[in-house]
Amino acid sequence: MTTVNDFDRPPTQPITGADTVDGAVAGNEVSPREVVFDVEGLSVLYSGFRAVQPVNLDVARGEITAFIGPSGCGKSTVLRCFNRMNDLIPGAQVEGGLRYHGVDLYDPKVNAVEVRRRIGMVFQKPNPFPKSIYDNIAYGPRVAGTKKKSDLDDLVERSLTKAALWDEVKDRLKESAMGMSGGQQQRLCIARAIAVDPEVLLMDEPCSALDPIATARIEDLMREIKTEFTIVIVTHNMQQAARVSDFTAFFSTEVDSNNDRRTGVLVEYGQTGTIFSNPTDERTENYITGRFG
Amino acid sequence: MSPPALTVDDLAGDVRRIRRERRVRRCFTVAASSTILVTFAIVATLAVQAGAFLLDVEPSSLWSDGWFPREGKFGLPTLFVGSFYITIIAIVVAGPIGLAAAVYLSEYARPGVRRTLKPILEILAGIPSVIVGFFTLNFISPQLIQRIFSGAERGNLVAAGVGVGVLIIPLIASISEDALRSVPQSLREASTGLGARKSTTVIKVVLPAALSGIVAAFIVAVSRALGETLVVTLAAGAAGGAQMNLNPTGAGLTMTAAMANLATGSDQVTGVGNAVKSLYLVGALLFLFTLGLNLVADRFVRRFRQAY
Repeated sequence: MTTVNDFDRPPTQPITGADTVDGAVAGNEVSPREVVFDVEGLSVLYSGFRAVQPVNLDVARGEITAFIGPSGCGKSTVLRCFNRMNDLIPGAQVEGGLRYHGVDLYDPKVNAVEVRRRIGMVFQKPNPFPKSIYDNIAYGPRVAGTKKKSDLDDLVERSLTKAALWDEVKDRLKESAMGMSGGQQQRLCIARAIAVDPEVLLMDEPCSALDPIATARIEDLMREIKTEFTIVIVTHNMQQAARVSDFTAFFSTEVDSNNDRRTGVLVEYGQTGTIFSNPTDERTENYITGRFG
Repeated sequence: MSPPALTVDDLAGDVRRIRRERRVRRCFTVAASSTILVTFAIVATLAVQAGAFLLDVEPSSLWSDGWFPREGKFGLPTLFVGSFYITIIAIVVAGPIGLAAAVYLSEYARPGVRRTLKPILEILAGIPSVIVGFFTLNFISPQLIQRIFSGAERGNLVAAGVGVGVLIIPLIASISEDALRSVPQSLREASTGLGARKSTTVIKVVLPAALSGIVAAFIVAVSRALGETLVVTLAAGAAGGAQMNLNPTGAGLTMTAAMANLATGSDQVTGVGNAVKSLYLVGALLFLFTLGLNLVADRFVRRFRQAY
């Protein structure tokens, strides 16, 4: 068991991620995993302070990858690198490698707008626009250049159907999205995100503002659409990660002895079954068994 | 050893304290009601005096082709036209500039830049209007307006309108900026996450979401332009009276400037008996206009409000 000593390595070295995933690939001979994101030494700094220690992992097509861990462990921060949402935060700086189908997403030539059309995002709090249900869904396609009414009608119906919302709202498409329940709003946000036909869906704690029934519906939905969209989900809820994800990354916090501030580290990454039943790291075990976090 | 029985008096509290509490409450109530009282006093004075003037005046003189109170010509349309031109020109000048400034400050300026610019904007809003009036008369009119419109008089409605516009730019910018900044960041993130460019996010999401606040800003600005007195008194070119004039590059008189002239000028010395009283009628009309404007704005804002 060499992994126990991995934490003594300097932080610029891979922790456990890469090895574990390679092992998983080797074990899965039926269909080799097609890597969508290849993360190598990815680290985020806020105004010069390192919020996340270098992260190594990869995300494969058609799978649900879950990021779990306590608050402040950097899981959302890492997720927000995947579609360059950190660009919106003044002072945020990204280091290391983040390749999407082999292309470095932080290459100076890469336009973040193009990235986000391929990599959609669903946020923690449902954030529908204060517009009609129809206009919410049609927003992305319109921005991307779809003008024809019939095309938009089609897209709206298809996206809402995929998000399991069509039957509930088909008679009130012109009504404001603000009148929907929280769970409906979040499914609307998912429908809105998939209306631009992205390859990847990033979900940042998409169920944390929802009740258990609404949460179950979103989870069902994720399982249904995962064949079409690669999903990366950040969640506080370990049961949720265990229920829906194929791979799980466990993040934790570490106190930097130099300045006494907490930074996030990726502790362990691997197949969800392994992480939950046979974690290699003590901290992972403590967290999933509820001893901390 | 049973404890003594508890009586209501034990829980009644200190009488003096309760009285003091009542006095404090009364003080605040009086202060709040006094503002309403003053407003009613103004309205009542305006209404009574305007009514007295209306009973006294020759009705046809209200439609004269000019406003010359000392000659008994109270041509209200002359004043309406003047006020209308000034307000429209001011909004045309200040609306786009103020709104664009608000968008820049709220959406594009980096925090440091914003921290510097916002206070400057607020200082600009505090410039006494008499200074803007002089600036209008001595710079905007001769250097800009008279060069663009060759036939323009020194004091003219366009120059005064631009001057009033300068005065209300900070107002529009400041209120609009507050409205834009109150749009939740989550909406900008939603739009950005869908692959919208910054300008698209601003135009399609942020501005519509802030619409009610922006409309409120414009209404406040219109009210201010309508009520602005010194710039138009100094720079619109008419002193004491004005002929009906539909040409904005000529001299004109607004409702406010007419009132200022009446209240300060020598007109009250030599004018016919009811000249000064006409001031109350114009004042009452001005009050009604702004009141109506605010009511319309209120309904508009409520109807188009995009709650988030």
